[in-house]
Amino acid sequence: MAEQKITLDQVRHVAKLSRLALDESRLEKFSVQLGSILEYVAKISEVNVTGIEPMAQALPMHNVFREDIVEPSLPLEKVLQNAPDADGPFFKVPKIIGGEEDSAG
Amino acid sequence: MLAYDTLLAARDAVRSKKISSVELTRQALDRIDKIEPRILAFNSLFADRALEQAKDVDAGKRTGPLAGVPIALKDNLCTSHGTTTCSSRMLENFRAPYDATIVKKLEAAGAVIVGKTNLDEFAMGSSTENSAFKTTRNPWDTARVPGGSSGGSAAALAAGMCCASIGSDTGGSIRQPASLCGVVGLKPTYGRVSRYGLVAFASSLDQIGPFGWNVPDCALLMNVISGRDPKDATSVDQAVPDYLKQLDEPLKGLRIGIAREYQLAAGMDPQVKSAVDAATKKYQELGAQLVDVSLPHTEYGIAAYYVIAPCEASSNLARYDGVHFGHRTKDPVKDIIELFSKSRAEGFGEEVQRRIMIGTYALSSGYYDAYYLRALKIRALIKRDFDQAFEKCDVILCPTSPTPAFKAGEKTGDPLQMYLCDVFTVTCNIAGIAGISLPCGFTTGPKPLPIGLQLLGPTFGEEKLLRIARMYELTTDWHKRRPSLETN
Repeated sequence: MAEQKITLDQVRHVAKLSRLALDESRLEKFSVQLGSILEYVAKISEVNVTGIEPMAQALPMHNVFREDIVEPSLPLEKVLQNAPDADGPFFKVPKIIGGEEDSAG
Repeated sequence: MLAYDTLLAARDAVRSKKISSVELTRQALDRIDKIEPRILAFNSLFADRALEQAKDVDAGKRTGPLAGVPIALKDNLCTSHGTTTCSSRMLENFRAPYDATIVKKLEAAGAVIVGKTNLDEFAMGSSTENSAFKTTRNPWDTARVPGGSSGGSAAALAAGMCCASIGSDTGGSIRQPASLCGVVGLKPTYGRVSRYGLVAFASSLDQIGPFGWNVPDCALLMNVISGRDPKDATSVDQAVPDYLKQLDEPLKGLRIGIAREYQLAAGMDPQVKSAVDAATKKYQELGAQLVDVSLPHTEYGIAAYYVIAPCEASSNLARYDGVHFGHRTKDPVKDIIELFSKSRAEGFGEEVQRRIMIGTYALSSGYYDAYYLRALKIRALIKRDFDQAFEKCDVILCPTSPTPAFKAGEKTGDPLQMYLCDVFTVTCNIAGIAGISLPCGFTTGPKPLPIGLQLLGPTFGEEKLLRIARMYELTTDWHKRRPSLETN
């Protein structure tokens, strides 16, 4: 895994996956910093975890069910009060279709 | 200055009409006027509203166990009044459409909310230096940080600008600033306090908790804020005891666990070590038996934490897309992906970006098993270590932070060095157990700095944990010291 530090190309790819449009200087800085952080956390590879079940959260809690009852939702004006752009009952975004190909990686 | 600067004393004084809530609230606001420019603890003040709330208490319209007492909230707790910024450009103008459950509970108990306090952006950090707005200063020495991420809440209390405050703790963010600011801070068991309305950082680790000048003040706040909430499915349906009821009764047959791995921690300040050793001796004098315990996976705690927390953060923070709320880029964009990517690059600070990147990397195809899944297995081992240790002892005693408050700017160049401050605090969140920090001494020198003692207890062991902390507090005066802000 992370014996090898993260390359600038990998950092660029992770920034894309993270939806962060970072400039080159930030990417270079991050490749050094992420490299040393990943090198440190790679310590976890030393531990023998054979037969250990992963624990996503600490309480022995499973699905929490409740009755399926319709309850009042937030009023529309509150839902939209923080929207950067809205039009009537909708969140407004720039045109999506016809843009460049979705760069999901 | 506050005529009554601790929670219970202030509450009782208002109740018995020794002081009106309006007068007490005015004193807090005056103190803020005078001291805040040097401490920078608050992101926003609710001055007019606080005075209205205080008036209602004085008029008998608001009652309850916290009636009339000025309290500050960390600015990652949603309030329908004012803004909830998380100290991020992303949420600089965000007005929450609802109140967090804890805010409702505090207000139903009669609390007067004076304002919202600074934090490391999205609670990611150990010094408040990651705030997009300002670095809060330590009231004991304003050249130093208050700790973090709840540094604003700890400093506001330590500077006498409120009688108690609320923070959140994902890897030490209540306990470490409590330690660095000389106050008491409790991280409750995961599930003890509802997280509804706490802006999520790492949902399996986040927990809300109190800051007070002493253990009884934290116990009173726990009485108010604990309990099951249908709006938080991870809050646990377990009876909430009266944490004050037996608080002053010493525990007989107390067994204090000393973990050998904590003795080996690198970077421990000698003054911290000797203060914690002295506290250990104090417990022995009080009749406690010391028990050697082992937490063999301690040295992997920070590594596992800095995989799990960023993974959860990268997922939680995906919601900031420049569409529904939060910052949107003003630059022209060619498509929606560019809108997301530019808005997020502009709205998030560097530390938040770093953690999103680490999390995204660790969760990405080909790395998931080696990082995230493996960290979750280590989490199970860390939990098992604690379970086994608590078969032999009631609490585990250790420092809260390996050092006293450090100077602003000292660790900002190297994120990893900042992460390593969390050595004694992160495993508590990983295992979901309870932990408290309380003052146990001061450094020598012209500006003495507080030192914090940490006690870790088993899940839902708050009642006993608070009593054990109180045993120490009753025999010491550290919690009665105040910073002399007039002279420094």
